Amino acid sequence: MRRFFANPYLVVVATALAVLLLPLLLESSFYLRIATLVFIFSLAVVGLNLLMGFAGQVSLGHAGFFGIGAYAVAIGPTSLGVPSWLALLAGALGAGLIAFVIGRPILRLRGHYLAVATLGMGLLIAMVFNNEAAWTGGPDGMLVPQLDVAGWTVHGTHAWYWIAGVSLVIGTWIAANVIASPTGRTLRAIHDSEVAARVLGVDVAHYKLIAFVLSAIYAAVAGSYLSLYDGLVTPTEAGFLRSIEFVTMAVLGGLGSVFGSIVGAAVLVVLPQVLTVFQDYEHIMLGLMMIVVMVFLPTGIVPALAGVLQRRTP
Amino acid sequence: MTVLAVDRIGISFGGVVALADVSFAVEPGEIFAIIGPNGAGKTTLFNVISGLYPPQQGEVRLDGADVTGFAPHTLARRGLSRTFQNLQIFFRMSALENAMVGRHLHERRNVVAHLLALPSVLRQNAETRAKAEELLGLVGLAELAGRAAGSLPYGALRRLEIARALATEPKVLLLDEPAAGCNPVETEEIDALIQTIAATGIAVVLVEHDMKLVMKISKRIHVLDQGRTIAEGTADIVRGNAGVITAYLGRHAQRETAHAQG
Amino acid sequence: MAEFLQFAFSGLTVGAIYALVALGFTLIYNASDVINFAQGEFVMLGGMVTVFALAAGVPLPLAAVVAVVITVAIGLALYRFAIEPARGASAVSLIIITIGASILLRGLASLAFDKNFHSLPSFAGSKPIMLGGAAVLPQSIIVLIGAGVIVLALWLFMARSLTGKAVAATAANRLAARLVGINTGAMVGLSFAVSAAIGAVGGILAAPITLTSYDVGTLLALKGFAAAMLGGMGNPLGAVVGGLAVGLLEAFGAGYLSSSYKDAIAFIVILAVLFVMPQGLLGRTHIERV
Repeated sequence: MRRFFANPYLVVVATALAVLLLPLLLESSFYLRIATLVFIFSLAVVGLNLLMGFAGQVSLGHAGFFGIGAYAVAIGPTSLGVPSWLALLAGALGAGLIAFVIGRPILRLRGHYLAVATLGMGLLIAMVFNNEAAWTGGPDGMLVPQLDVAGWTVHGTHAWYWIAGVSLVIGTWIAANVIASPTGRTLRAIHDSEVAARVLGVDVAHYKLIAFVLSAIYAAVAGSYLSLYDGLVTPTEAGFLRSIEFVTMAVLGGLGSVFGSIVGAAVLVVLPQVLTVFQDYEHIMLGLMMIVVMVFLPTGIVPALAGVLQRRTP
Repeated sequence: MTVLAVDRIGISFGGVVALADVSFAVEPGEIFAIIGPNGAGKTTLFNVISGLYPPQQGEVRLDGADVTGFAPHTLARRGLSRTFQNLQIFFRMSALENAMVGRHLHERRNVVAHLLALPSVLRQNAETRAKAEELLGLVGLAELAGRAAGSLPYGALRRLEIARALATEPKVLLLDEPAAGCNPVETEEIDALIQTIAATGIAVVLVEHDMKLVMKISKRIHVLDQGRTIAEGTADIVRGNAGVITAYLGRHAQRETAHAQG
Repeated sequence: MAEFLQFAFSGLTVGAIYALVALGFTLIYNASDVINFAQGEFVMLGGMVTVFALAAGVPLPLAAVVAVVITVAIGLALYRFAIEPARGASAVSLIIITIGASILLRGLASLAFDKNFHSLPSFAGSKPIMLGGAAVLPQSIIVLIGAGVIVLALWLFMARSLTGKAVAATAANRLAARLVGINTGAMVGLSFAVSAAIGAVGGILAAPITLTSYDVGTLLALKGFAAAMLGGMGNPLGAVVGGLAVGLLEAFGAGYLSSSYKDAIAFIVILAVLFVMPQGLLGRTHIERV
């Protein structure tokens, strides 16, 4: 029974089922929009989880990569005449490239040094988006032209629900593949004991970099989707608060659990929507949630639930 | 044909000399022990040989090639593996997975194939799993393969580290206190295991405090005290060496022993 | 020359505030290995509470005292309700907790106060003093003197008083300190209280010059952290040196290079320090024992 639940592909199937069945259960466009946002943020968090939950490296600046993807699909068509789908690809590759270049020096750091270095990286990226108004529209942001694929303009919640949903299924499938592969074992080994991994022949720096680049690409694609869906991008998409939201989603759901990433994203997207009354209290809720979860449920929701279920079944 | 040569190794930490002028050579299939009182520098020596600390003086040679200061993963690729005094087990992985990670050097590591779950990955996983199961069988952990490493008893963890290190197919295996904290039965098992390993042609270098184990299975013993070599030879030679007795038991004991021996 | 001195004074002034934030970081880090991201909020609370107390009719000196007391109480609450229950958690967990606390305090401040910028009247008049061609605000001098007094007082406390030594012992080896009878929980709590006080005083001194608002805390914490890292994490003298250095780098960078990327300077400093000399100017290299 436990082995069944431990299968990394279970979450792929579950996600596919959710994507297929939700439109039948959720009639209104408003709820489908929320689901679309959950899919988009889940995509970013699944990627971040590969870095934080599996490889064990913390990143407090991941919104930087999210923002690169978000702005790529805005600047590409607007200032460079590049079609949106190509800009999306470029954004993902660009984020991967930046992660590759910054990653080598940054990932040599540990613990809170790594945390602050990634924080600084994210903030610098956000600052560039905020200051270079000629390209990015500055603090007010810029409009994002809609995605145009072979004459068909992609817009509206129904289209983006499916794009984001299918992408998430693909994203979880890739994550599951990584987890079940030698690379996944290597990442988990690095997380548990770097020095042991080293003496077993693992080039630790290389593998941390793989996780970093992969998570950056996931974030960039998610950022591009959000931009295209909303039709607008502002520097807050690359900002500190967005980075912290991603980390909270990953930790809340449960680091090391792909399912947890989706749960965490769902909670943090749905809750503010449900509590619209508490608009002003958004920060207070976020802050409280971060504290309470880390104090009482340090492993996250999904592992905590799994623990309870395991103790019930002999 | 020497497989591991350590030549006048010296290292200091912030002015404190941890090792000075330490040299020895190990042949394939030999069981070579390094002993000495606490603080003698035994684990530091292992850390230097296995690439964790670069020495300030001296050379380490593997199969004749200079590998001084090489990174641990490069040394592993060249056939040097080790275990740790403070058990660096992958506690959140199963015993089997621990051994599987040890097969890293012998796996096909194409990341793109891993991302897309190409058929080669399934084959690779099966191969790695089979080899890992074999190794667990060798160290007597076959029934515990699926258990989380964190839930295994201490003696089993010591054997697991050995199995994992063996998975790399090393030429030289450094064992850092493999019997530490083990009861006499467990120590016997480790003893037999080490002899089996050496019989396959692997050079085993052993740091140990358990004198019975050391004297029984080692071909040669190298004694360190305060970072320096004070004796090297067979068990009998070392046992009777005055300097060794003084290092362990103090001058008073040395006089007593000399007196007892007439 | 006059321009250089101008930048130097403004850099030293803001650097003194960074130094106080960095000192607060260092105190808490030394006593508990926690990086307290809510440090900037202590500075914010010092300024904002004083502003609103003043507006409510409380005379300035009393308002300042009230602000410090409230901030210290919040610092202790932070320790008692967020840090202490999570004792033994991983470094990442603790970072998330203090970031969560920072966001929470920011949210509470936005509701308790408002989202506008505020200022305090200068303590010694607002007529600039001319020093070597540079116009220096009297408040700048007060900030520098105030920071100096705090650093001196802290040093005296740590080096000369028994309690101070107990805090130092807790920082050096928690278990050993417990074994000799030191109430380590209280010592860590004390470090939070003192950090909060230092931050609050810094906020009050700086408010007349740099405007204060509910969200100045984040940037301050990050810059203070950059300063602590530059000076050598865990070294109080390093914190002060680092703070002044970051302040000066910022002022000169903004003045001579680009003012829109002024805030980026601190982060570039963080990254440079972490890559090139992670132990900082005055710190020691760390060796991992296997």
